[in-house]
Amino acid sequence: MMRLPKFEYRVAKKIGDAVKMMADAGADAMFVAGGTDLYPNMKRRQQTPRTVISVTRIRDLHEINGDGQSGMVIGASVTLTELCNHPIINRDYPVVANAARLISTPILRNMGTIGGNLLLDTRCNYYDQNYEWRRGINFCMKKDGDICWVAPSSPKCWAVQSSDLAPVMVALGAKLRLVSSVTDRLVDAAGLYNNDGISYLHKMPGELMTEIHLPPVNGTRAVYKKLRRRGAFDFPVLGVAAALDVDRDGTVKHARLILGGVAPAPLAVEEAAAHLVGKPLDREAIAAAAEAAYLKARPLDNTDFVMGWRKQMARPFVTRALEELRHCR
Amino acid sequence: MAMNNGNNGRPHKVIGKPFRKVDARAKCNGQTRFADDISLPRMLYCKLLRSPVPHALIKRIDTTRARQLPGVVAVITGSDLPIPYGILPVSQDEHALCIDKVRMIGDPVAAIAAVDEDTAFEAMDLIEVEYERLKTISTIEEGVYVDEPRIHEYGDGGNIHKRVSLEFGDVDEGFAEADHVREDVFFYEGNTHLPLEQHAAVAHFDADNKLTLWSATQTPHYVHRALAKVLGLPAAHIRVIATPNGGGFGGKSDPFNHEVVVAKLAMMTGRPVKITLTREEVFYCHRGRHPVLMWVKTGVKRDGAITAMHFRTFLDGGAYGSYGVASTFYTGALQTVTYNVPRYKFEGVRVFTNKPPCGPKRGHGTPQPRFALEAHLDKIAEEIGISPVDIRRRHLAPAFSVTANYLRIGSMGLGACIDKIIEASDWQNKFRRLPYGKGVGFACSSYLCGAGLPIYWNNMPHSGVQLRLDRQGGVCVLCGSTDIGQGSDSILAYIVAEVLGIDPFDIRVVTADTDLTPVDLGSYSSRVTLMTGNAALQAAERARELLTIAVAEKLNVPIENIAFAERRAFDVENPEVGVSFAEAVVLAESKFGTIGTVGSYTPPRSPGKFKGAGVGPSPAYSYSAAVVEVGVDPETGIVTVERCWIAHDIGQSINPVLVMGQVEGSVYMGLGEALMEEMTYRANRNVVHKFPSMLEYKSPTTLEMCDVKTFLIEDPDPNGPFGAKEVGQGPLLPVPPAVVNAIYDAVGVRIDEVPATPEKVLAALRAKQQGKDARFGPKSIPEIEWPAPLKVPTPAEGGDGKELPRLAVHVKD
Amino acid sequence: MPKAKKQKAHVRLTINREEVEVAFAPHKTLLEVLREDLALTGTKHGCELGECGVCTVLVDGQPVLSCLMLGLDAEGRAVTTIEGMAEGNELHPLQETFADLGAAQCGYCTPGFLLTAQELLEKNPSPSRAEIQEALSGNLCRCTGYIKIYEAVELAAARMRGEQAEPAKEIIYGYE
Repeated sequence: MMRLPKFEYRVAKKIGDAVKMMADAGADAMFVAGGTDLYPNMKRRQQTPRTVISVTRIRDLHEINGDGQSGMVIGASVTLTELCNHPIINRDYPVVANAARLISTPILRNMGTIGGNLLLDTRCNYYDQNYEWRRGINFCMKKDGDICWVAPSSPKCWAVQSSDLAPVMVALGAKLRLVSSVTDRLVDAAGLYNNDGISYLHKMPGELMTEIHLPPVNGTRAVYKKLRRRGAFDFPVLGVAAALDVDRDGTVKHARLILGGVAPAPLAVEEAAAHLVGKPLDREAIAAAAEAAYLKARPLDNTDFVMGWRKQMARPFVTRALEELRHCR
Repeated sequence: MAMNNGNNGRPHKVIGKPFRKVDARAKCNGQTRFADDISLPRMLYCKLLRSPVPHALIKRIDTTRARQLPGVVAVITGSDLPIPYGILPVSQDEHALCIDKVRMIGDPVAAIAAVDEDTAFEAMDLIEVEYERLKTISTIEEGVYVDEPRIHEYGDGGNIHKRVSLEFGDVDEGFAEADHVREDVFFYEGNTHLPLEQHAAVAHFDADNKLTLWSATQTPHYVHRALAKVLGLPAAHIRVIATPNGGGFGGKSDPFNHEVVVAKLAMMTGRPVKITLTREEVFYCHRGRHPVLMWVKTGVKRDGAITAMHFRTFLDGGAYGSYGVASTFYTGALQTVTYNVPRYKFEGVRVFTNKPPCGPKRGHGTPQPRFALEAHLDKIAEEIGISPVDIRRRHLAPAFSVTANYLRIGSMGLGACIDKIIEASDWQNKFRRLPYGKGVGFACSSYLCGAGLPIYWNNMPHSGVQLRLDRQGGVCVLCGSTDIGQGSDSILAYIVAEVLGIDPFDIRVVTADTDLTPVDLGSYSSRVTLMTGNAALQAAERARELLTIAVAEKLNVPIENIAFAERRAFDVENPEVGVSFAEAVVLAESKFGTIGTVGSYTPPRSPGKFKGAGVGPSPAYSYSAAVVEVGVDPETGIVTVERCWIAHDIGQSINPVLVMGQVEGSVYMGLGEALMEEMTYRANRNVVHKFPSMLEYKSPTTLEMCDVKTFLIEDPDPNGPFGAKEVGQGPLLPVPPAVVNAIYDAVGVRIDEVPATPEKVLAALRAKQQGKDARFGPKSIPEIEWPAPLKVPTPAEGGDGKELPRLAVHVKD
Repeated sequence: MPKAKKQKAHVRLTINREEVEVAFAPHKTLLEVLREDLALTGTKHGCELGECGVCTVLVDGQPVLSCLMLGLDAEGRAVTTIEGMAEGNELHPLQETFADLGAAQCGYCTPGFLLTAQELLEKNPSPSRAEIQEALSGNLCRCTGYIKIYEAVELAAARMRGEQAEPAKEIIYGYE
């Protein structure tokens, strides 16, 4: 049986308590919500915090407020199942509910939270392995070793951002509230992620993500497409989140195209956006955007599927995402 | 008393009826006790320290620090268990803990018994092992070409474990007679069983100085033999109890190092010792599907009749022998039992590589060549301009015949299977007629109903059953067979209930306990229903005979008038005249003494007498045919299997609902192999298994499983109990080739390699667009010097099943 | 041996409608507590990493993976395991149909499937085949190909709706 290492477990009832516990516990502490990311990692000894602070019993983190007109605020401990089923989110931000529905399995979604998914540890086939397996390759730089096996000459870690909600939040321009014992700030989703598999977040260890702020809809259309082997369980090996503002006359005013699952951070394809903005969303524009995404996507050989094929999939997946936006009203 | 299979010609009451399994209730309320559910007072927990390197000499092991850790009770290494073992007598090449050399990542080198699993885990890190690395062998090509370093010091030279060459009739003559000859190369990637239950075992050395091992094993009898050998205990002092297997599929058919280790630790510590493997460790046990590279050449007449076939296979065996010699023969054995193959040549080679050992997975050695053969025939049919259905349907191997390689076919329902699914799938209106991106594919197959020979040479029965009748009407069936979910315990109850006219739930079934139950060789080779069924039938008929004599005497009617049904024994001419079953037992016990009977089963002798004739013969062969309908996305190469129509020649269903379950489960596993499942390794990274996890070893979920329409063809086989044949493995076989044939129908590319993953399909589509060969697959096979074939004249040539003397072969050459 | 301060956590929860108190090492998962400290071995495990669904139990009525939940987090919760599905000796309709239709082959994934299906039918008494597939997509089975499981869920659903439902002939005997 794969078992957890020994650790100290603390349960916070309030945000203030949680961040104080963290400040007191020091560097070897981590927050946990659903545990679906942290506990497997702990069992495999990839993450070995001495103190784990649970935030699921903080009532404030379970709130969902607002709507598409005003924008919404979603507590970070809202479960993925609650997100999938929430009527206003489904009505006003269907892309969020749809992306959540594509995460893992229904049972896991009962446990996993929106905050946990957004902060998901980066993943890699050389890293998401048991301690014994990793010893067999003499470990990697993300944990216990000093080389990146995916790109052995690389100074940095190429573990992959594998959250389905992260590219969606970046595409929507969501903001995230981070609270510590001394700070309280609202950051752009895009600014949270760092393109490095080890320090993949611009977030202090003591900061707790408390809220996800969705901006007012204002006519933005958005869609998320996920590539994976199976219809359940699997992390994305390519995620395409697209958000467009389209004029009455059909001209694209504003576009964001974000790729997930191909780099340590969600990858914004500005070149694609440039092909779309100022033009009607027609076949040529979509093809040009898809080509830009294809050129920019450079997945490495550290997830399921071969990397060449994953790169090629950027074209049809971006095309399909944008075609869907073209046809939805 | 004649084997009249039942109640004086009256319709069956149990056979062919959808009774619940005898263990169904326990499986649905959590009461089934699997190996890991066993907990004994003072029990210790065991962990195995495994090698992190794929091929190395062990220079030094120091367990001092681990022994000093509080809570650690014992630590052992290879020198504590010096005697080798292995499932086949010819491959006794495993040690419970490696002694001087490790051959794969995951090979165990030390074992710890501690008060709890956490402590044992902690102790693993305190054992120091010094390795001296050796060059690794990681592919079929390396196994064939690289002689040094040798992974094992035995075999057919270098890293070749086994080389086989057999020729039945003169194939050159056959190719000369052909109107058309085609050659193809195929590859079938290795994959694993992935039972949801991780292997577990508990050993206890009792106060009476005897050892008991509970283990999730499909073959308690073979584990019993291995333990006796390795532990140096008299077999009579060892009891092996196979717990219900939480899935087997062939993966729990070898004696395993962890079983030996906990037994040894229990002997040393005097305390019960338990081990439960992690999922990663289950991947290291493996014994799954061999990766096989194949070359096939077939000559046909204009109408598709085969004149000769030549088949070559290259098996990547992994680090140990396991069942590999048998697997090698199996890759060449069953090609002849579906369609008439008058002349046949087979050459096979199995190599050792530094990877977890391959062995028997559902279909053992036959899905790979079946995949190749059925895809190959599809291509031939197209080239000669006949339909893929006709090329098969018109040239079926005849029922009750002997093949060129001396396999005796009994009942043969493949024609009926084909007709059923061709009609039901609306094949004629779909084949080559669906829109681009949609396609149908067709394939057939056959499988054994039990291996004709045991794993170790002996003249004893393959299956034994004892029946104990209680004077209060209770019946207890005892048999060594192991229920791995297929329902073998229930089959015993159904057959005995049918013969004795009682309810299956009146019967107590005791199985898989080497102290209590007569030997059954194990749950492998689809042997259990046929062999234990026949043994149970014999035991039950013998019991019924005793009861009949006693009841006839009491009722004063002729013996042949007595029938058993509804828990009564009665006069068929005056059914109201009779006694209860319990009274019948009392009468018989009063007359004969305690009523216990035995039954046993030994398969008929095979007509083949040549060296190598031991693999392939079976008392009967089951047949299957399948049509699958797929959608192929030409932009991504993603294949979706939408529907499957499958017909299976079962002979006679003992319980149709269980037969249906086996068919559907086989289709599932076949789909997984066809589309996504693979055991792959990073050759350039220490030969680590790429993904030893449930997440990354892709097992289809509910969302990948297709709709299945199943048809059961019932054509009783004279060798089966009530005519029954196998169903546990055969229906897997047509699925992978039907899928690739359907991909061709959908988008016009040949995927000559499974799994048919999207990148392979897309690569073939791109090649086609560029005017290149519209296929994905291996291009060639290694050049290898084959031994001169053993030449065996076929039955049609007047052969007697023996090979020609070698001298004559040389003269002829 | 240092006299370890082996503190056990002491937790009170409801299991299968019974209040229980249990003491265990605080880093144990609910799976381990159920199997090892409460002898409720009906809950199985296939990976302990949340990748198979075998260890599913209901917590406050919702299916969760007991391998990824701390025993400590079960404090004050109502846990239902497979042992609590039957009422006394009377099987739940799902248990009956799983047994009758051979939806439990080896039986190892069965507890997880039954509990997941039970929650589905409480939420949705008439699920379509697609809804059943979606709801059960987090439970792997290697034996059945899932089909007998769907059929068992559908039959139980019909019976729980009060219908006098029997399995279709082709489910049992195949198509003709």
